[in-house]
Amino acid sequence: MRSGSNLEKILESGAFAVTGELGPPKSADAEVIKRKAAILKGYVDAVNITDNQTAIVRMSSIASGAILVQLGLEPVIQMTCRDRNRIAMQSDLLGAYALGARNLLCLTGDHQVFGNHPQAKNVFDLDSIQLLQMMRAMRDEKKFQCGEDIALEPRFFLGAAENPFADPFEFRALRLAKKVRAGADFIQTQIIYNVPKFAEWMKMVRELGLNQQVKILAGVSPLKSPAVARYMRDKVPGMDVPDEIVERMERAPKEERRAQGIQICVDVINQVREIQGVAGVHIMAVEWEEAVPEVTQKAGLLPRPTL
Amino acid sequence: MIIAQQKPLEEIKGLLANYQSVLIAGCGTCVTVCFAGGEKEVGILASSLRMAFQVDGDPKDIREATVQRQCEWEYIEAIAEQVQQVDAVLSLACGIGVQTMAERFRGKRLLPGLNTAFLGYPVEQGIWKENCAACGNCVLDKTGGICPIARCSKSLLNGPCGGSHDGKCEISDDVECAWDQIYQRLKELGLLDNMLEIMPAKDWSTGRAGGPKRIVREDLRP
Repeated sequence: MRSGSNLEKILESGAFAVTGELGPPKSADAEVIKRKAAILKGYVDAVNITDNQTAIVRMSSIASGAILVQLGLEPVIQMTCRDRNRIAMQSDLLGAYALGARNLLCLTGDHQVFGNHPQAKNVFDLDSIQLLQMMRAMRDEKKFQCGEDIALEPRFFLGAAENPFADPFEFRALRLAKKVRAGADFIQTQIIYNVPKFAEWMKMVRELGLNQQVKILAGVSPLKSPAVARYMRDKVPGMDVPDEIVERMERAPKEERRAQGIQICVDVINQVREIQGVAGVHIMAVEWEEAVPEVTQKAGLLPRPTL
Repeated sequence: MIIAQQKPLEEIKGLLANYQSVLIAGCGTCVTVCFAGGEKEVGILASSLRMAFQVDGDPKDIREATVQRQCEWEYIEAIAEQVQQVDAVLSLACGIGVQTMAERFRGKRLLPGLNTAFLGYPVEQGIWKENCAACGNCVLDKTGGICPIARCSKSLLNGPCGGSHDGKCEISDDVECAWDQIYQRLKELGLLDNMLEIMPAKDWSTGRAGGPKRIVREDLRP
């Protein structure tokens, strides 16, 4: 065991893992975290805590994660390279470990131009691959990035993201290989609506033997409305929403749209489960945490194993 | 070269409000080539300012001069006398020229008429592109001659990130994805293996992060 986290144990056991996602509030209100955590508890194996997602200021992922630990729910701390240099990252992650966090997702981070402080100076001292290298060296070699020894090392189960729908497509599996070489233990993918394209990417992943070296969790998300589907299709860089999915949302009567969104999500889960090398799903229902119990129940992912 | 842009006329007027006589000083090198602060731009700006202050009922004595390079002592010496005769100098050089002038003409008010934008080149008529970040540790050998520090919005060394789409950057469809370009260029060169190499954490101390830089060449010292 690298970290001994629940997520690591479940993935190592060979069980199909389920992770969720929780967006911290744009305030200092701990009750928001507690309310969302109560919805997710028992339905997922671990919960990603976003790190100022889309560069909008929110409660810190580490502080929110510490609240989750107190509630008996396992966090996956997300950390982006946008806002911290290597000094701050190592310091914050020593603290996160001391507070009980055991899973870490290493991300490059959205550019600040998308957020609510577009005039901010970004950092990008490291990129996500270099962040993985740093955290693996801290764990396995007990060394800081500078090479100095660490008395008690932070032992994180290390994750990374990969977007099978970004360009150049033929390089995406090879880039995943770089993340695996840099230290990724698990991968959470971009949200999947185009299952055939994801399957094509997974084929390349298997050809490189990467599914033997890293646990791949397929990213899914229930759509709330046809407008959201259209927005994701037309406006979000790196998202691939086929017209057929948008049309399914549009055809549903207004009062059944949310149910349709959940059904599409369940369908995607059922399809990706059949693809060789998929070790679990990552359900991103940010600001719609209530959907997770229904999605997991309908997809036959309950009860969650206790190890 | 250094690419710069003239400040808005209103801002320049504000800078000059308290001075009666002003020398507009152009520079004959980079900012001439990028049409921001050469002899021609000095002339146009001087005429505009004369007219604008006249209309405001505050006519000023606006003079003009252009030197070959404002960033070298021997060239700015040529206008020393003209500088002494005015209340302030509006420099149409890059920030380097403004500072060299301010250092040489201590006690004289030196004002910037341009915003220095970046190190780059003219891609085509009227379009300039940034392509060097002066990081002090060049990696262009690994990236097929395309700089990820200057050209990637996140200065990634192991791109492209998940926001790369159709050759564009996630921040705007007007911005090309540098890592997509690097990928295509390395492919053309038969060097795609470079893309598989993990570039380690960069030593930023050779650039801005290391504090103000200075080069001393003992072989050239007197």
